[in-house]
Amino acid sequence: MNQTIFEPWNDPNEKPLIQFKNVTKRFGDFTAIDDQTFDIFEREFFALLGPSGCGKTTMMRMLAGFETPTQGQIILAGQDIAPIPPNKRAVNMMFQSYALFPHLSVWDNIAFGLKRDGMTRDAIGDRVAEMLKLTRLEKFAQRKPHQISGGQRQRVALARSLAKAPKLLLLDEPLGALDAKLRQDTQFELMDIQETTGTTFVIVTHDQEEAMTVASRVAVMDHGKIIQADTPQTIYEAPVSRYVADFIGDVNMITGTAKARNPGSEPQGDPTPPSMQPPEKRDDAASGTPQRLDPQPNDAGRWLHDKVLKFVLGPRSDAPKRLPPPDPTRDAPLASAQATPQPVEAAPGGLEIHWHEGAPPLIASNGDPALDGQTVTLSLRPEKMSISKTRPDAPNVLHGKVVDIAYLGNISTYHVELPDGLKIKAQATNTRRVSQRDITWEDDVWISFRDTAGVVLVE
Amino acid sequence: MRRLILIFVPYLWLLALFLVPFLIVLKISLSDTALAIPPYTPTLDLGAGWQGVKDFLSQLDLENFQFLTTDDLYWKAYLSSLQIAVIATLLTLLVGYPIAYGMANAPDHWRPTLMLLVILPFWTSFLIRVYSWMGILSGEGYLNQFLMWTGLISEPLTILNTPVAVYIGIVYTYLPFMILPIYAALERMDASLLEAAEDLGCSRLQAFWLITIPLSKNGIIAGCFLVFIPTIGEFVIPSLLGGSQTLMIGKVLWEEFFNNRDWPVASAVAVILLLILIIPIILFQRNEQKQREAEG
Amino acid sequence: MRRFTWFNATSLTLGFAFLYLPMVLLIIYSFNDSKLVTVWAGFSTKWYGELLRNDAFLDAAWVTVQVAFVSSTVATVLGTMAAYVMVRAGRFAGRTLFSGMIYAPLVMPEVITGLSLLLLFIGIGLDRGVFTIILAHTTFSMCYVSVVVSSRLVSFDRSLEEAALDLGCSPMQAFRLVTLPIIAPAVFAGWLLAFTLSLDDLVIASFTAGPSSTTLPIKIWSSIRLGVSPEINALSTLMIAVVAVGVITASLVTKRSALRQEADQRAAERA
Repeated sequence: MNQTIFEPWNDPNEKPLIQFKNVTKRFGDFTAIDDQTFDIFEREFFALLGPSGCGKTTMMRMLAGFETPTQGQIILAGQDIAPIPPNKRAVNMMFQSYALFPHLSVWDNIAFGLKRDGMTRDAIGDRVAEMLKLTRLEKFAQRKPHQISGGQRQRVALARSLAKAPKLLLLDEPLGALDAKLRQDTQFELMDIQETTGTTFVIVTHDQEEAMTVASRVAVMDHGKIIQADTPQTIYEAPVSRYVADFIGDVNMITGTAKARNPGSEPQGDPTPPSMQPPEKRDDAASGTPQRLDPQPNDAGRWLHDKVLKFVLGPRSDAPKRLPPPDPTRDAPLASAQATPQPVEAAPGGLEIHWHEGAPPLIASNGDPALDGQTVTLSLRPEKMSISKTRPDAPNVLHGKVVDIAYLGNISTYHVELPDGLKIKAQATNTRRVSQRDITWEDDVWISFRDTAGVVLVE
Repeated sequence: MRRLILIFVPYLWLLALFLVPFLIVLKISLSDTALAIPPYTPTLDLGAGWQGVKDFLSQLDLENFQFLTTDDLYWKAYLSSLQIAVIATLLTLLVGYPIAYGMANAPDHWRPTLMLLVILPFWTSFLIRVYSWMGILSGEGYLNQFLMWTGLISEPLTILNTPVAVYIGIVYTYLPFMILPIYAALERMDASLLEAAEDLGCSRLQAFWLITIPLSKNGIIAGCFLVFIPTIGEFVIPSLLGGSQTLMIGKVLWEEFFNNRDWPVASAVAVILLLILIIPIILFQRNEQKQREAEG
Repeated sequence: MRRFTWFNATSLTLGFAFLYLPMVLLIIYSFNDSKLVTVWAGFSTKWYGELLRNDAFLDAAWVTVQVAFVSSTVATVLGTMAAYVMVRAGRFAGRTLFSGMIYAPLVMPEVITGLSLLLLFIGIGLDRGVFTIILAHTTFSMCYVSVVVSSRLVSFDRSLEEAALDLGCSPMQAFRLVTLPIIAPAVFAGWLLAFTLSLDDLVIASFTAGPSSTTLPIKIWSSIRLGVSPEINALSTLMIAVVAVGVITASLVTKRSALRQEADQRAAERA
């Protein structure tokens, strides 16, 4: 296993493989990419995620050489690639439609790029055999593309684009044409192959679950701009904007006016209560792990991981890309329908959010006091919300009525309407059978969450 | 560089063998008939330099076009061509629509065969298909033999060398051009639309009139243009089936050129014919464009 | 569900009877023993014998096949280039004129095309003969080829070409190794159409042919102007037979390969 943390983006000495420098791409009046600067590092699995028309495909086609930037530079391994035509670039692409040549066999499709390089016949044979083995297609070498199944075609396309051992592999919605079950298996296969070959992968997708599963970093795009590029965990736990929070997973958003809270009797920097001072060090010491091996998001994310997620995701020694997606259906240990959260005193400091006349303000001790007086949104994941029939002792408590229950098997999502009409989603794992659960439609319930459960967003 | 070659070769070919010849026709239509080889004046004498070009231009006039208006043969021929083309197009629609409709309603596994049967005549010689009607329609032809055998008539009907024969010939030879676009439109139509219409209270005839016909409108328009446009300039059918009674402009042009050897007048006839055709061609193009845009 | 009604059945029966009866009669009467075409006098193949001994017809047929072969081949090359330009070249100066010149010959009355080409040949002093017919036929049939090929190119998945470039092909190689093999059926269909159009053409050939170069349609024309003849019936029967065999074979081959492809696909998805 990897013994070092794979996070080259945090290492100032690391040289990026790809650099976008103020890249802008316009089609006529339409700006597809708007002045973007970012880096992608070697061996990364980088996902460009966004709705259709957000510019992610344009970004990829510029890397492949099918589009040229209107302004700015794209640098690959220290070289400006603008003047290099697609057929001379050490970049290969796996097309969304796979673009397998229908008149050539699987073998010839994979050998196609190698033949262009003028390799010897033997070398081509060896390389194709290697690729067939990697993608488990040995049996189908002589078939034509229409004689194999969709999943096999996908693997041929992958083998063909990897055959030339490119520095960079571009994947355009590589799993879009597969059905849900096959897609999941293939995601892990892709990750394995990426790891085995050590190639840098850039994937374009509109499927957030897919991006979260496979990528080491996810760039969430909107209207030609990257809104946030970070690890899947950070994107989920610490989104930088309402757009990102809403795009990834399910979310409750409560908007109100922020007010700085009294920092408390103890000055900042002193050992704060356990909820502010994440107990990770003690955990690490106890388990004897000398080093954290996962990418570190921010304080809130880190705290949440150690406090909440690690029970689900396992210890942090796991390589980051091994992490399953932060699946809202499973990350909710606090929130079983019956469990009352342990009473936790709100930590001092942070913000309180006045969201509704007459209702007590919501406490977000992780909020930045500098936001005092501004309109902010508290974004809360449904799995961080507990639901109960009696009033729990928690920093934040809301009272409402159950209007809808979505039963999904392992979990249920409760839609609770607050007196002012705002609807809040809370999730609970179904640890008991349906008949024994006591919360049902029209019930008066209490929704509670910790002072650190949410993320305070301005944009 | 390669791109330029790719564009230039077919471009130059079409310029030299399509556009330039047409400009020559235009030029000759403005010249005078002469007893010479070639039988018209002036000819452009580039050796005389600018003066030559000026002389050449000063000798061009619209005499031939004036001539076309004075002799009523020509405008009658244009009018009669238009009339024949309109009537023949409507007849082809009447015959073609039920066939296309039948094909669209036929069971799936019949359709390729039916399609083949419509396309097959299209690959067969035009001349032979027109010729086959000569044996049927002539005085002692198969049709008259049959009708006299059934006792419906006692005297042979005169059909060959009348406009009726021309209509039959046009409908027969251009029928596939009408059937194919209509069939394409009908086949694309979602059959559940008719069920929806009936569910909402239409009779089947109403459903046909309110749903099927409007949805096949584009096919009907395309088919009509595909029949109408080539029919106007038709030469073979009126010559073989129409006899001396049928006046069509394609035939007039041919005779003007080969029999009267009057090239300037023949050219003027061609220019006017083309002007007449431009309107339906533009309308047809618009319709196609609209359809393409509608389909995205 | 679509309903196949009695009305549909009747209109199909009558429609196809109308389309095929004249040709069937033509074929039947080509085996007529009598010189009088419309009076049946017993079965005979003598008119086929007459036809094969008629050198004028055979010569004309040979000229026609030569003209058709050369003109359709040149037209296929030019038409494919033109289609590629129309679909792929994007904007260039004179594009509108170019597409106009591609589409105009399709709707241009043959008498005008023939007349204008004849005037050109006379104007530049080119002797009329086989060569001028070939030039004329190439010009109008390249437009048909380009329409057939460009409709295939429009539906052609462009990412196939991009994939070829991505894998290291030059644009020329991409065309030769990927595009051409895939659009080959359309190119062949275009060639076949050009060949048939050339075989068929009477009007343009009449304008552009010289006295020494008579094509089969011109020959047929001059003899049927005088009326129906059993020899022409025999010739027509042969031509219809050739076309029918060709078209039916082609459609069977296409259908079978489509069926096989479908079966392969189903088998692959099941596995």
